[in-house]
Amino acid sequence: MDKKNLKGWLYLIPAFLFLGVFMIYPLIDVFIYSFEEGYNSASQNFYGVGLYNYSYVLHDPYFLQALKNTFILVIITVPVSTGLALLIAVGLSSIKPLRELFQTIYFLPYVTNTLAVGLVFMILFKKTAYSDGLINLLINLFGGSSVDFIDGPYWAKMLVLCLYTIWVVMPFKILILTSALASVNPIYYNAAKVDGTSAFRIFRRITLPMISPMIFYLVITGFIGAFKAYSDAVALFGTNLNTAEMNTIVGYVYDMLYGDSGGYPSFASAAAIILFVIVLTITCINLLVSKKHVHY
Amino acid sequence: MDYLQISKAANIRKKITSGIIYALLAIWAVIVLFPFYWMLLTSVKSYGSYNAEHIPSFFTLSPTLQNYVDAFTTVSLGKYLTNTLIFTLITTAIMMVVIVLAAFAFARLDFKGKNIVFTLFLSLMMIPNELVVITNFVTVTNLDMRNSFLGLILPSVTSVFYIYLLKENFAQIPDDLYYAAKVDGTSDYRYLRRVMIPICKPTLITIVILKVIECWNSYVWPRLITDDPDYYLVSNGIQEIRENGFGRENIPAMMAAVVVISLPLIVLFLIFRRKVMEGVTRGGTKG
Repeated sequence: MDKKNLKGWLYLIPAFLFLGVFMIYPLIDVFIYSFEEGYNSASQNFYGVGLYNYSYVLHDPYFLQALKNTFILVIITVPVSTGLALLIAVGLSSIKPLRELFQTIYFLPYVTNTLAVGLVFMILFKKTAYSDGLINLLINLFGGSSVDFIDGPYWAKMLVLCLYTIWVVMPFKILILTSALASVNPIYYNAAKVDGTSAFRIFRRITLPMISPMIFYLVITGFIGAFKAYSDAVALFGTNLNTAEMNTIVGYVYDMLYGDSGGYPSFASAAAIILFVIVLTITCINLLVSKKHVHY
Repeated sequence: MDYLQISKAANIRKKITSGIIYALLAIWAVIVLFPFYWMLLTSVKSYGSYNAEHIPSFFTLSPTLQNYVDAFTTVSLGKYLTNTLIFTLITTAIMMVVIVLAAFAFARLDFKGKNIVFTLFLSLMMIPNELVVITNFVTVTNLDMRNSFLGLILPSVTSVFYIYLLKENFAQIPDDLYYAAKVDGTSDYRYLRRVMIPICKPTLITIVILKVIECWNSYVWPRLITDDPDYYLVSNGIQEIRENGFGRENIPAMMAAVVVISLPLIVLFLIFRRKVMEGVTRGGTKG
């Protein structure tokens, strides 16, 4: 019996070792960091324990800017991308020829490097001395005037960030919704057809309830993903996000940790925990709302 | 109105609807593909002709490969690619060993405390990476492993989620097979290698592909842990190229680098299309 026990643990040792050092210990440590006041990473000591780090972070204009950016990003991209993905998935499942081709194309952004393709978006939107960029020319074509989307006004930069984020997250959502639609039992559709139900009514009364768990899953993962937005912003605006007014909460955490403004693991920890609390709260609210609207 | 007329009208309506659907799907396909087209196009325009275009043209009559040469000679793109390849291969290889052993223990072996430990494992799935990255950064810095492959690789070699995915798959293998192997005197380790791994090969391949994609595109951790360009991975490499790369704003050469970086994964995806999409449906994130 003892040998048997030992064997089980033996197989788990590598996983435990890595998880212990790089996940469980850091998890405890991050809370400790966040309460240590005036921690100095060079001398590795601190002079007090308390809530100062949290109060500093919550009063830091850069953090408030990041908070605002992240919330705008979440509020715009999650509904838009989920709705658009639903539209496209419904379209995809109603056609036969070319379906595989479309599915393959739609999935491409998932496997591309966010940083690399972000540069393409940047040159499409950027206004330079040579050229206004393709998007601005399109705007001019329709009678608008050029805007610098990369170094220009706040709303323009936010718009590009939202567009790029949506472009990046769509593949996953389309894929999940298409497979959810394919798994709806055709019996329901046939029954509705016999009754002469209109297409819109079928969608509202059969399709939507049947795939609501998946939509809900996408909304939750979408919220969590959007709250952790960071590399999309770096791809578009470079690493100095604070100057660009485009920082996100995660970006703030990393800036506090490392780089020109770095060296403050305590502030970074406090900000990371605030982010975690926000995400947890939103997820709980989502769960409560879903109880009313999701049919399992 | 007779029957023929009604069915004709219905037919026309059907055609119009499917026409609209195809048009909408085509528009989205263009939106998805356009950035790829644009980077390919820009990467074959010469520096001079790119900057001479006030209105960017949608095609070029004199494509050049000079930008690709520049991307490999003026900046160390080759170095970034090799680094990423080494990082991806080693991380994925170590992770597969770790998760296969752990999943095997959870799925097949009996030992005290297994259920409690497994529940603990599952709860770890909820921990966001952002929370643990701070301490890991300090740990790796203190261990003097910054700017080394060890520092890059070690924190990424376990995944609770993949252990869970694999354990579920292992658990589907009938117990009878195990008992039969036991009667024949097969050791547990041999059983794992000769029976379980071959049976679960599809899942293992899926996990490998997902991990490779994740490694190839990883940005945050490599950025924190490396500031010596000799250890940059492609994500940081492209950022470096952008900020102080070609000396002047050489967008075509930058796009050539972007193409080179994006190509391996796109090829991998096109080869394993079904596997990748099925894998992401079952266990993907990013969205």
